[in-house]
Amino acid sequence: MSSTVLEIKNLHVSIEDKEILKGVNLTVKSGEFHAIMGPNGTGKSTLASAIMGHPNYEVTEGTITLDGEDVLEMEVDERARAGLFLAMQYPSEISGVTTSDFLRSAINAKREEGDEIPLMNFIKKLDRDLEYLDIDKNMATRYLNVGFSGGEKKRNEILQLLQLHPDIAILDEIDSGLDIDALKVVSKGINQMRSENLGCLIITHYQRLLNYITPDFVHVMMQGRVVKSGGPELAKRLEAEGYEWVKEELGIEDEETTEQNA
Amino acid sequence: MYVETKLPFNQEYIQAISKDRNEPGWMATLRSKALEMANSLDMPKPDKTKITNWNFTDFQHSNKEAVKITSIDELPEELRAYFDGDASMENLYIQRNQTAAYNSLSQELQDKGVIFTDIFTAMNEHSDLVEKYYMNDAVAVDQNRLTALHGALMNGGIFVYVPRNVQIKEPLQAVFWQEDTDSALLNHVLVVAEEGSSVTYVENYISHNDTEETVANLVTEVFAHDNAQVAYGAVDNFAEGTTTYVNRRGVAKHDARIDWALGQMNDGNTVSENITYLMGENAASDAKAVSVGRGKQTQNFTSSIRQFGKATDGYILQRGVMKGSASTIFNAIGKIEHGATKANSEQESRVLMLSEKSRGDANPILLIDEDDVTAGHAASVGRVDPLQMYYLMSRGLEREEAERLVIHGFLAPVVAQLPIESVRKQLTQVIERKVY
Repeated sequence: MSSTVLEIKNLHVSIEDKEILKGVNLTVKSGEFHAIMGPNGTGKSTLASAIMGHPNYEVTEGTITLDGEDVLEMEVDERARAGLFLAMQYPSEISGVTTSDFLRSAINAKREEGDEIPLMNFIKKLDRDLEYLDIDKNMATRYLNVGFSGGEKKRNEILQLLQLHPDIAILDEIDSGLDIDALKVVSKGINQMRSENLGCLIITHYQRLLNYITPDFVHVMMQGRVVKSGGPELAKRLEAEGYEWVKEELGIEDEETTEQNA
Repeated sequence: MYVETKLPFNQEYIQAISKDRNEPGWMATLRSKALEMANSLDMPKPDKTKITNWNFTDFQHSNKEAVKITSIDELPEELRAYFDGDASMENLYIQRNQTAAYNSLSQELQDKGVIFTDIFTAMNEHSDLVEKYYMNDAVAVDQNRLTALHGALMNGGIFVYVPRNVQIKEPLQAVFWQEDTDSALLNHVLVVAEEGSSVTYVENYISHNDTEETVANLVTEVFAHDNAQVAYGAVDNFAEGTTTYVNRRGVAKHDARIDWALGQMNDGNTVSENITYLMGENAASDAKAVSVGRGKQTQNFTSSIRQFGKATDGYILQRGVMKGSASTIFNAIGKIEHGATKANSEQESRVLMLSEKSRGDANPILLIDEDDVTAGHAASVGRVDPLQMYYLMSRGLEREEAERLVIHGFLAPVVAQLPIESVRKQLTQVIERKVY
């Protein structure tokens, strides 16, 4: 059993000189499932992208560490090999590269040279995971994400999660665009990974996903900050009552108003 | 300014070669006339590439015999990779310099009347047949100075003949190994597929002259008669010292099909023309080519499909990767002639740039003289998509490995078309070597 801590302190992130995150603080440890909720455009996906090192996002202030190591100093691939994983909202399409070739390369990237995964082991595990996620076996031989439906792309992200066994997984709106059956399958995959060894940050707009994956902690993001944290009951109240009460409770004004005043 | 460049070869020399090879009279005449034309014709003018300073005409010309090959073990490792591990060495031709060093064709195909032999033997044994096609309707001697020079000094090649209704399932493979580092190769490939026949032919050009300068002047002529199908694969891999002019042309009759998959991996300066004439109704062609440019090399690739027949279908796909300070022009030209109603013409040229100093131009061109047709084209020149890199690296792949996947993926649509597994693998390795 390993214990990993992802610690985010006072994180400020800009995209094209527009500040999106304005001081996020958050700690995710092995075994913990955190949900980040909030209205659209409050910086939830920016947080996910900044942790992984998306080229369009610039961290202007603050720190991200993984077991004390400076994540911001790492290249994207180093972050992955250090144990981070991001299931992306919009995965890239890579023509000419089959899903299974890519998966094998990714698995071997984490292993020492000379200790590559034996082909038979890889195929067995892949077949098992494909079946578990109710994915057509042909997907393994199709080009990575090319011509995949929205649902197939999401399942492929979870397939990679199952194959790569990260320490900390970030799921960026993994539920968006999924019908209820697909949502159940995706949730099943995530729950299968749930253990003392996995810390998880689930970014979602809807409470719906949290009916299938119960978080230990729920955080509300608004205007680039985490403004409220609580347990699973917080998600239920947000679903029932929306976000207005949080704004009123904390005295948050809508951004448009703020900008007009400025 | 006019600079007179006198060719270093005269009529006596030409006639001596012809006599040496015991060539038929028509070939001796063709060589002689070609040499005259070579002294007066203009050089080819590839669009957007200046080749006036390239040396295409001053070279060592050799006609001497090289040692024959009896077993695959006698070949250098680099060449052996082109064959399957359990290769029977059947349906294979290996040319060592200007010598047919190895030639085999299965008994079954021989019995069916298939010819697969070096061009000189073919001229002796099937003189009328070769004369009918040799430098007439596909590549004319008087096309330009280099085709004329080729006509005069041709010193190697192969003749592939598939009789009526003979379908050849297994691919025929030719390896042109320019072992001498300082002599020029003027190679001629002639493929004739009679009515209703089909054949897959794959060739490899290899040389090792990294520093010695020489010339390759290559001509391919492919004829697909009514209902015939020709799949033509190639991996060109001349070393840095070779300046190459390669002219591959095909003529497709009614319901005939000629598909090209060309891996153009030369390290020296190269001008390549690949032109297919769709003469008959319903004739079709896929012309696919990949290239990797590196170092300081300059290359010009023109793929053209000219459609004369009704309801013909032409598709050109070019993919190139540029690094170092390499410069490459890709011209993809679809031409629909007057009267070719219901024809369809498509071109796609894409170039991936890996360095600041490299240069790549993708020029899809459509020329249409008919109303009732469909056509489309696409072109792009760009860098590796940073979001693709981010995605791949976010799974732990190092930058170089991620880039390698993107590049192979980018070239895959052409590489996958090569008809022999071992040649496909070899091309993949050559790409790997050129890119890294």
